[in-house]
Amino acid sequence: MAKKELIHVKINGKDREAPAEPRLLLVHFIREQLGLTGTHVGCDTSNCGACTVILNGRSVKSCTVFAVQADGGEIMTVEGLPSNGALHPLQEGFKEEHGLQCGFCTPGMLMSSYALLKKNPKPSEEEIRWGISGNLCRCTGYQNIVKAVQYASKKMAQGGK
Amino acid sequence: MAAEKTSPGLVEVEKTSPEVSGMGHRMKRKEDSRFLQGRGNYVDDVNLPHMVYGHMVRSPYAHARIKSINAEAAKKLPGVLAIITGEDLAKANLAWMPTLFFDKQMVLATGKVLFQAQEVAFVVAEDRYIAADAAELVEVEYEELPVLVDPYKATDPASPILREDREEKSNHIFHWEVGDKAATDKAFADAAVKSKVHAISQRCHPAPLETCGCVADYNKATERFTIYLTSQAPHAHRTLFALVAGLPEQNIRVVSPDIGGGFGNKVPIYPGYVCAVVASLTLGVPVKWIETRSENLQSTGFARDYHMTAELAADKDGKIKAMRVKTLADHGAFNAAAQPTKFPAGLFSVCTGSYDYPAAFCEVDGVYTNKAPGGIAYRCSFRITEAAYLIERAVDVLALDLKMDPAELRRKNFIQPEKFPYATPLGWTYDSGNYEGALNKALEMVGYKELRKEQEEKRKKGELMGIGISSFTEAVGAGPAHTFDIAGIKMFDSAEIRIHPTGKAICRMGTKSQGQGHETTYAQIVAQELGIPAKDVIVEEGDTDTAPYGLGTYASRSTPTSGAATAMAARKIRDKARKIAAFLLEASEEDLIWEPGKFFVRGAPGKAKTIQEIAFAAYTNIPPGLEAGLEAINYYDPPNLTFPFGTYISVVDIDKGTGEVKVRKFVAVDDCGNVINPMIVEGQIHGGLTEGLAIAFMQEIGYDENGNVSGGTFMDYLVPTAVETPHWDTGLTCTPSPHHPFGAKGVGESPNVGSPAAFVNSVVDALSHLGVKHIDMPITPWKVWNILKEKGLTG
Repeated sequence: MAKKELIHVKINGKDREAPAEPRLLLVHFIREQLGLTGTHVGCDTSNCGACTVILNGRSVKSCTVFAVQADGGEIMTVEGLPSNGALHPLQEGFKEEHGLQCGFCTPGMLMSSYALLKKNPKPSEEEIRWGISGNLCRCTGYQNIVKAVQYASKKMAQGGK
Repeated sequence: MAAEKTSPGLVEVEKTSPEVSGMGHRMKRKEDSRFLQGRGNYVDDVNLPHMVYGHMVRSPYAHARIKSINAEAAKKLPGVLAIITGEDLAKANLAWMPTLFFDKQMVLATGKVLFQAQEVAFVVAEDRYIAADAAELVEVEYEELPVLVDPYKATDPASPILREDREEKSNHIFHWEVGDKAATDKAFADAAVKSKVHAISQRCHPAPLETCGCVADYNKATERFTIYLTSQAPHAHRTLFALVAGLPEQNIRVVSPDIGGGFGNKVPIYPGYVCAVVASLTLGVPVKWIETRSENLQSTGFARDYHMTAELAADKDGKIKAMRVKTLADHGAFNAAAQPTKFPAGLFSVCTGSYDYPAAFCEVDGVYTNKAPGGIAYRCSFRITEAAYLIERAVDVLALDLKMDPAELRRKNFIQPEKFPYATPLGWTYDSGNYEGALNKALEMVGYKELRKEQEEKRKKGELMGIGISSFTEAVGAGPAHTFDIAGIKMFDSAEIRIHPTGKAICRMGTKSQGQGHETTYAQIVAQELGIPAKDVIVEEGDTDTAPYGLGTYASRSTPTSGAATAMAARKIRDKARKIAAFLLEASEEDLIWEPGKFFVRGAPGKAKTIQEIAFAAYTNIPPGLEAGLEAINYYDPPNLTFPFGTYISVVDIDKGTGEVKVRKFVAVDDCGNVINPMIVEGQIHGGLTEGLAIAFMQEIGYDENGNVSGGTFMDYLVPTAVETPHWDTGLTCTPSPHHPFGAKGVGESPNVGSPAAFVNSVVDALSHLGVKHIDMPITPWKVWNILKEKGLTG
């Protein structure tokens, strides 16, 4: 085992630090060292996107980033979406439009959708489909996820977040 | 989508207020809040003090003798706690375990390995990285053996005998047949038209987004075992652990927490679970084992792998007279099919479909090959996807042979509504159906006539467009105890309802949601039956210490069994509530009238007691002679399966340059009887159609001639993203089940069962004028391009 380094991150607005081997994946650092289990692992080839988080403003698959690469960075996970106890418009959209079933892909979907709406606040259906194409869902057939993102887009345009 | 009644409902359901949200309301899901905030609790989220990690050493070969296993280097790695081999397990008589279908399976290999990625040794270490490192250091010396991949060669004398452990020295597992062979052969001899198709339902894998895993926690002081398990059937798994490992059942608690999709993958018990249990028992600490995606695809229960031939006999007007089916089933190295014990080929014999004809004969032979074990029901009721695909493909081939419109041929042969209950020639009794109603609605929704005109015009211009129909019948909700059991346990299911003094309730079931929305739909059933608002009802499943015994969730059985049990338990509560109300109102029970939420005195609607007031009295003002409390339990044994059905229509355009098929439009009309939550039903249909699309066009677990698996990762086992997935147009008709307490039928699997044939039929339809009658799934651009090239159409 290689020597562990102390990794500092600002995650969901809080400063946290924990030791990590150089090879430790960011997703394991978040789940096991920091105890935030909302971010999931669904594959071992960077295909499924269940581990998607926002790192320094960009969506990344946290199974494809080492924890040491995130040192000093700012991270947002699904746990950081709601604020002051209220659901984020995306979370609300997923609930209203039945955009989730088993819930396993949901945190990654929310993070990818969040990144998409930051970049493109009024995406077309096709842009939404491409925007979440790095995230696999086995339950919903995506149709209601698309509607959920549209719901959030509208709500945010009306002065949500 | 409002359901359109196409036949008189035997079971009418009165709609409650939105506040109560009983059946028929699009209630938002109660379970969503935790999933949306990262507060779900899946097995890999379970972290216990002193927990350690397991990792599996797997075979790189499909068939090889194990000459030696040297774990010395691995043991020396700091942080490694134990390495378990098949020889170690053999000492405890655990090297093999029974499968769910009269066979046994190696937990860890002894002697030889029989498929690539087979479990060979289990490494336990302080963290998952060390465990994976140590697994790499375990040296296994193999001697390669000849490999059997092609199921058609399984019974060749030249092929190696794979299972040396069996008394019978053959790769043949079973022969199963059903139907009247003589009558069928005679119908074929007399028939004016005979049509035939050979269709493969390829090996694929359910691949739920969460892989399989467990945390086994043995407490040496209490001798209790808590096993957190990705389980679709936690009670059955507890009993199997008790029977196989010899553990006292009261000391085993299986907890199936949030499950990230199942689709049949999480019905069997896998070697990793057993190894984690043994490791925890040995080390006295909790052991977590979570398989990787590659391990999931390569070693856990595959589905399908049916190689089928169907023949239809008909008169020249297209009236079907008989069906004959011969199938070869590739079961891999062990027969680990997860299906009821009386059915070696599951419910495959519903392959006569939605059509009325007197004679049929079906035979299935199962064989071993050097492939992963399984035969699980991937989002289907035990081999029904194979059956529905076969008949719906066969009918289209017959239509081509007769030069008849496939919709008209179906219409001509449908079982008519007045013929239900209908006894099929292969022994099933369909409870209800109105097939023409669903077909008509789907044809109208898709604009069938216009599409046929468009197709004619496109063909003149050399453009390729196809329309494919599938009018399937499903058989779900296993099942009646006289016919259905798994490993001897009858396939009833259960519900327990407890009403608290303040009129709120908790329900516990023997089933286990994996995303189907049980926490919402069961609450809606209680709301419907008792008038307690669904938001006041908590539903809890998956903990064998608290939930009543049941067989779990698969084969679309939850609503037909536990859903029915919920209604029956609620009705018991209502009976007791009537007695309490009579006492409170000083009226006789016969004079009380129920309306959802309250009893009132006949002729005096103002004299009433709400269910909440009655609940309070059940604890505070108990009528003399009655037991305190307000709760009930029901174990429901359904009198029959339920038979949902529908018509799906796929419309495709084919790119001649690339062979790419684009699904332009897809209409799905389903009939699942009375609907609990239309929003959830639509969601189930969207998801099942997407998996059907995947099977038709993308997903395949393949093997090369050396038994190397392809499709063993998400890099090459292709599942659809949002980009490949089309928009789904859904519709409902409503033919209630006559025997279900509130007229419902299962639905989750219909779209996966019914849609593959619609997709394939549409592609074949696009190419039929070129002489194409069948293309095997998955229909990749490469396959289509090669057909086009052969026909000289690629330009």
